[in-house]
Amino acid sequence: MSETTVLPVPGADGVFAGPDELAAALETTGYLPDEGLATAAFLALAMHRPLFLEGEAGVGKTALARALAEVTGRPLYRLQCYEGLEASQALYDWDFGRQLLHLRAAEAAHATADTETLEASLYDRRFLLARPLLQALEDSPSVLLVDEVDRADDEFEAFLLEVLSDFTISIPELGTVRAQTPPLVVLTSNRTREVHDALKRRCLYHWLAHPDFDREVAILRRRLPDVTDRLTREVARATAKLRTLDLLKPPGVAEAMDWATALHTLGARDLDPDVAARTLGAVLKYREDTDRVHAMARGALFGGG
Amino acid sequence: MDTVLGFARTLRVAGVGASPDRVEAMLAAVSALDVLDATDVYWSGRLTLCGGPDDLERYDAAFAAYFGGESPRPVPPAAREVQRTVTTAPLDPGPGEGDGDSDPELAGQASADEVLRHRDVADLTGAEREQLRRLFALLTPAAPMRASRRRRPGPHGTVHAARTVRRALRDGGEVTRLLHRRARPRPRRVVLLVDVSGSMSPYADALLRFAHAAVRAHPAATEVFTVGTRLTRVTRELRLRDPDKALTASGSAIPDWSGGTRLGEVLKAFLDRWGQRGTARGAVVVVCSDGWERGGTDVLAEQMARLQRLAHAVVWVNPHKGRVGYQPLTGGMQAALPSVDHFVAGHSLAAFQELAGVIQRA
Repeated sequence: MSETTVLPVPGADGVFAGPDELAAALETTGYLPDEGLATAAFLALAMHRPLFLEGEAGVGKTALARALAEVTGRPLYRLQCYEGLEASQALYDWDFGRQLLHLRAAEAAHATADTETLEASLYDRRFLLARPLLQALEDSPSVLLVDEVDRADDEFEAFLLEVLSDFTISIPELGTVRAQTPPLVVLTSNRTREVHDALKRRCLYHWLAHPDFDREVAILRRRLPDVTDRLTREVARATAKLRTLDLLKPPGVAEAMDWATALHTLGARDLDPDVAARTLGAVLKYREDTDRVHAMARGALFGGG
Repeated sequence: MDTVLGFARTLRVAGVGASPDRVEAMLAAVSALDVLDATDVYWSGRLTLCGGPDDLERYDAAFAAYFGGESPRPVPPAAREVQRTVTTAPLDPGPGEGDGDSDPELAGQASADEVLRHRDVADLTGAEREQLRRLFALLTPAAPMRASRRRRPGPHGTVHAARTVRRALRDGGEVTRLLHRRARPRPRRVVLLVDVSGSMSPYADALLRFAHAAVRAHPAATEVFTVGTRLTRVTRELRLRDPDKALTASGSAIPDWSGGTRLGEVLKAFLDRWGQRGTARGAVVVVCSDGWERGGTDVLAEQMARLQRLAHAVVWVNPHKGRVGYQPLTGGMQAALPSVDHFVAGHSLAAFQELAGVIQRA
């Protein structure tokens, strides 16, 4: 148990020899990236550029940030975007309750300090509540996930652009916080609206598509080792077919995984039409989609593998 | 390096906006990978030069062409020019159509404007149209408002802690009064779907002018699409300040001008591509159409129901509703009406002003 037997983990410091090595590291966490995604992630690390991931819901955009945090051994900070998101919810806020207590305490102790000193003591780091962006900079190197940036509004996008261009945050009362190593930033978008070009230009852009059949089988096998190989393949095949049907919500990898789990929980050995119909709720999330699939010849979709 | 620059030029010809800073990023990416490996070059270009899913196909084609030795075929400028003149034609009233035969009624300017406000835009002469255009430019539809999570200082509402503490500091640490903040209302998104099919062509110009006024008033909260045989997003074109330039630009963006109508299918395309993912969600959606549907009305009814579930309110503008004795008897209207919250006319400037009010209150 001597320390010398511990081999350095490749990429533990965020440095990988190439996309292949990063892909191999990601695979150990159960995330199976394709060539393009591995290259994108590698370049994001090597070039200190944010990675902008776009794609349908459920293709594994958020999961990539988690996997990257794991393989680099960095902490992950997540900022969920929504309409009306303000800088104080993304950067920092002052803990006003504690500030007031501090004021009263100073008063009770009859501190002879003048107003200026009192004010300085009030805007101390210990009264600052760091939100994800500041946390990620203070705790760098880190992984910062800005999730569903397309949900935030234009003003927030402009603000984000500023933070992502120089990785510094200035707090008027305290000074400037600068990240020693820029955090690895992953921005995700479901394309509910067009994100401003100025923001995209700062980033590496990658469109994440649904995985092909072999990769999806591999992902399902890795994540759900208890599910039989046969069931896994049939679920992957049926999911791929569902994606071609022009549904309101084509199933993503996450739904395929839910479906396989549901089938496995019911003790199904393979995907026969009856059990498939009963578990359709795991893959399809709209009544219209379910109706549509039910109306089709079920044999064409399930089984026969 | 020359290779990369040449490739970037090829890409720009193909329609991918490979700006200089992006090219710089590609050079950095290539040097972080392997310059001699074709796959590495492919990915470093694709990750840095592309900015959307639409770019990817063009990128792939340009990459194959450039590194395969052929030069891509640029769109001949002549073809583009022809298309533009054809598609913008309906935006202008026909030359000589009623030019010069000025109505004797139009004596005083003010009363003429008043009369014009109520005239059906389809029946106007060229000169009257010209005059109406000026009036359209004065139209500023107000956006409907919604509550938001953003706050601003105000006399009532929740306590504004930051301001309260600062105030207390001034009073020597004593909280003498609580300062408040309240929700700041934000404009609600407005989505206009303008039918540009043949049967609507007398009104399309006026409707697009109305859309332009709406976009000008709230550029960030307004989206405009034209519908006919296909769906075209014209928001970007309508952001141009000058109404005539904006209309010309959107005219050249619309490929199905004065064609047929497949309202149901186009509405489905809108909801699949834009609506479902957020554009129509919580918005005031205004459909401007006479409801002449060539496709099946079942699809239209189904999609309208879907639209109503997503939208905050659905407004249907039908120019014919302004006519005396109009009954919504067309199949399309019959199919759509159950899912419409406000059914209004849209034939004259006065009707458009009313429409602006309906949208604001929706």
